[in-house]
Amino acid sequence: MRLINRTPSPALRAFLVLVPFALAFVVYLVASEIRLEANPSDRLLPSPGTILDTAVSLLTVPDRRSGAILFWGDTWASLTRLSLGVGLAAAIGLVFGMLIGLLPHVRATLSIFVGVLSLIPPLALLPILFITFGLGEVSKVVLIVIGITPFLIRDLSGRVMEIPREMIVKAETLGASSLVIALRVALPQVLPRLVQAIRLSLGPAWLFLIAAEAIAANQGLGYRIFLVRRYLAMDVILTYVLWITFLAWVIDWLLKAVARRAFPWTEVSP
Amino acid sequence: MSFVEVENVFQSYGARPILERVNVTVNRGEFISIVGASGCGKSTFLRLLLAQEQPTRGSITIDGRPPAQEPDRTRGVVFQRYSVFPHMNVRDNIVAGEAFARSFGRLFGSERRAAQERADAMLERIGLNHVADAYPATLSGGMQQRLAIGQALAAKPLILLLDEPFGALDPGTRLSMHDFLMHLRGEIGMTVFMVTHDLSEGFKLGDRVLVFDKPRWDPTDPDAYGATVTYDFDARNRGIPFQTIMEETHVLRPV
Ligand SMILES: Nc1ncnc2c1ncn2[C@@H]1O[C@H](COP(=O)(O)OP(=O)(O)O)[C@@H](O)[C@H]1O
Ligand SMILES: [Mg+2]
Repeated sequence: MRLINRTPSPALRAFLVLVPFALAFVVYLVASEIRLEANPSDRLLPSPGTILDTAVSLLTVPDRRSGAILFWGDTWASLTRLSLGVGLAAAIGLVFGMLIGLLPHVRATLSIFVGVLSLIPPLALLPILFITFGLGEVSKVVLIVIGITPFLIRDLSGRVMEIPREMIVKAETLGASSLVIALRVALPQVLPRLVQAIRLSLGPAWLFLIAAEAIAANQGLGYRIFLVRRYLAMDVILTYVLWITFLAWVIDWLLKAVARRAFPWTEVSP
Repeated sequence: MSFVEVENVFQSYGARPILERVNVTVNRGEFISIVGASGCGKSTFLRLLLAQEQPTRGSITIDGRPPAQEPDRTRGVVFQRYSVFPHMNVRDNIVAGEAFARSFGRLFGSERRAAQERADAMLERIGLNHVADAYPATLSGGMQQRLAIGQALAAKPLILLLDEPFGALDPGTRLSMHDFLMHLRGEIGMTVFMVTHDLSEGFKLGDRVLVFDKPRWDPTDPDAYGATVTYDFDARNRGIPFQTIMEETHVLRPV
């Protein structure tokens, strides 16, 4: 039988899913053992036990100065910035994507401009943002917005233009105005794509968030990682990295679940 | 004055003529089949009737109104594909035939309930009442096309335009769609233009069959001339092979 026609059984599939995770863990474990063997006070690859102890104290022991648990403060600050940035970008992307996709005049005016904007490396603008908006929350949120909005606009306007002409003409023959076509034909068909595009943008959004926090902030997940880097606190850094990964995974899973419930018509197959 | 008047219509894309000197008059309630070789301009003619495009010369009037500038509710259409809205269930697709004309494309309260009742009556008529809450993607091709026709009729257009509506269906489904369409027409008495590449379908369903073809042909430049109506058959007295030629044309007559 050809390899392309062989499929794993459910049990084997579950096992195969775990294999790379287990392998990565074992590789880390061995490397950490070797280094700690040579030098018990090595800080580069702390043992999993040490990381666990650090994680527990990060989650339970309040900061001596403020009395708050920094871990949750950092998480809250970062998630607020991330959701504000992504939410704003999604709103702008949706509005301009629809306008560009539906209206030839707007398309003629903006599509090249947005294409050029999307070529600007957002991180190169960070100093300008800090100068313009100060070192506070605004510049971090704006960096995320600038970073992912051009992609969202282009992806969504492309999706609007993929709507078959026949369908638009059909709506016209039912008496639909441009507004009705936008609201009742284009928008419902673009929303599933918006969720998909947001899922794809979350990677870059985290990147911009952590970069901005690393440079100027007084709390946040990225800020903490770059702060403790000075003390080579790998156990703290790894705990935060694992936590960010977990958050990203949960957000992605939530968006997927929301899309499945909100747009049942995309699930049905003929 | 006839119900639909097509007067000396020409259509070219760039320098390339597609249609030339098309003259047709159609009475209210007539079923017009349109046949012709692939690429000869049948869909283009339908787009002109739909006012999706403007002719380079000539004019098309319906019911004596000024020529339309863009598609509107006086013209219903069903294409081979993409003629229903995939994100609305079957009933809402029919309700859209009334709701889309409103400022936000929605009906509210008692108006909405009344429209839903009319939609259910339409679904009964087109045999889709048992799937009213399903999404179109779950329906067979034939059911989707019936829905598309019902949706177009819900807007009560003056003329109904069908561009190879059964072209993607299997032969059995096609036959039942013929019965469906003839039955529906018996009840409603629509003026219909239907493009088909199936001659027997054209003669079976149509009162008249228009044949589009190029009356002039330049062997060194096949795109030099456009197509026009070369035959206008009366198919009413039982169609093939009893058709009679209605109009004198400037091309060869069949022997
Ligand atoms: N918008 C357009 N621009 C340029 N050429 C077109 C356009 N639409 C159709 N054509 C050309 O016009 C010819 C007739 O097309 P069409 O009316 O779709 O033919 P039919 O429906 O009879 O198969 C085709 O050769 C097609 O390539
Ligand atoms: Mg065609």
